[in-house]
Amino acid sequence: MTTDAAVSPLVATPRLPFRTTAAIFVRLLAIQGAWNYEILLGNGIGFCIEPALRLLPTGVHSPEFKAALARESRYFNAHPYLASIAVGALARAELDGEPPARIERFRTALCGPLGSVGDRLVWAGWLPFCSLASLAIFGLGGSAFAVVAFFLITYNAGHLGLRIWGLRTGWKHGLRVASALGNPVLRRGPQQIGRLAALATGIAIPLALGRIIGPGRNLIGGVLVGVALGSLLLVRLRERFEGWRLSLIVLAVFVLLSVIR
Amino acid sequence: MIVELIPLALLGGVLGLDVVSFPQAMISRPLVAATLAGGLMGQAPSGMLIGAALELIALETLPFGASRYPEWGSASVVGGAIFATHPAHPAGAMTLGMLAALATTWIGGWTMVKLRQLNAVWAARWRDGLEAGSRGTVTTLQLTGMTADLARGVLLTGIAYSLLAPLANACIAVWSMDARLSRALVVTTAASVAGGAAWKLFHSTAGARWFFVGGLAIGLFVLFAQ
Repeated sequence: MTTDAAVSPLVATPRLPFRTTAAIFVRLLAIQGAWNYEILLGNGIGFCIEPALRLLPTGVHSPEFKAALARESRYFNAHPYLASIAVGALARAELDGEPPARIERFRTALCGPLGSVGDRLVWAGWLPFCSLASLAIFGLGGSAFAVVAFFLITYNAGHLGLRIWGLRTGWKHGLRVASALGNPVLRRGPQQIGRLAALATGIAIPLALGRIIGPGRNLIGGVLVGVALGSLLLVRLRERFEGWRLSLIVLAVFVLLSVIR
Repeated sequence: MIVELIPLALLGGVLGLDVVSFPQAMISRPLVAATLAGGLMGQAPSGMLIGAALELIALETLPFGASRYPEWGSASVVGGAIFATHPAHPAGAMTLGMLAALATTWIGGWTMVKLRQLNAVWAARWRDGLEAGSRGTVTTLQLTGMTADLARGVLLTGIAYSLLAPLANACIAVWSMDARLSRALVVTTAASVAGGAAWKLFHSTAGARWFFVGGLAIGLFVLFAQ
């Protein structure tokens, strides 16, 4: 595709060629490939936008292309899935020839909301919900295939759907994408998923516990009391002690006692 | 051991890569990773059993951006494989598999921090190219980070399994505690972490505690009815 042919339709109807969209989408899956404490997600954003920048009328060897890629590869922070909104919007802004200063202000403004919304929606909502629902299926006697397939299909329907929606929405709205962050899924989703996850927690913990214990079911009463007390202890400790560290210590002591005795 | 070590290390590398770098499809979650490791050893149900216990603990881990958190992908491969090599589930096998996974997840979290620091060193070294808008530099930095992450997972899994599997076997041979008690302690510990994690996640959500109580009633009813 010549650059003229690629850009003309963009001006008339904002449509990204399929190959470019596909290339950006695949790169979005690797957006955190070079995550670091200096520029965080910055290089990943540049890496994802690069296929779109090839559509610039001046070509990949032009100063415009290099300036745009340099601008997009600077410091950036966002939730990795919702970064697709930023990638779509920034690609559109660059191809629309928006002033660099405006693009940089937009990049800065986008970091906070995309991070906090994504963290609440995905890490604190969708992921625990899918995990707990899968544990409930496990507790009900689901096979290894059923449990793993349920988890991966359910989780990734949300995961990939969010990335695709984000890329399309960002591309469609460009620098006016802030309005898309008012989407009901992003605004009310964390609350609704949180409630479902709380329900799944209640169902999954006793069922999973019962299946893992297996034949030693006569211990179940004691285990349930132990779980209630252990959970209360961890809630009290909260930020001071992480559960996995406590588990490591408890199990290490237990192993020592079992081996030395 | 070498025959099983190579595929396990490769699996650990791929799953370690999934945690952050590519594609974050959560194949690195313990429930999936330990089941896959168990499947590699010919014992997928055993892998799933320990994977479920590890998943209860992993519920607490929220991979927020720059925060430091344990790496469950490679660790679950180690724990799942150790438990799956004892298909009769002798006393202590699950405890030792869990302990091996938790120890590996701790080291794995540390290696992730080191990798991020290394990525920063590479980014600083190639700053001129990045500021000049070089396509080659942007792509190379991204691919270098991903390759290093894959190598990190392969090495971590390979080293952890080759050190911890013989140690676990030796411990199982002299294990003195009752099998049911051993497993009950593992489950109590894991489910306590899950309970604490659930409170942390949902206590601020309006009405969530009633959903939890309702779910608990259903869960307990089904448990005792089974």
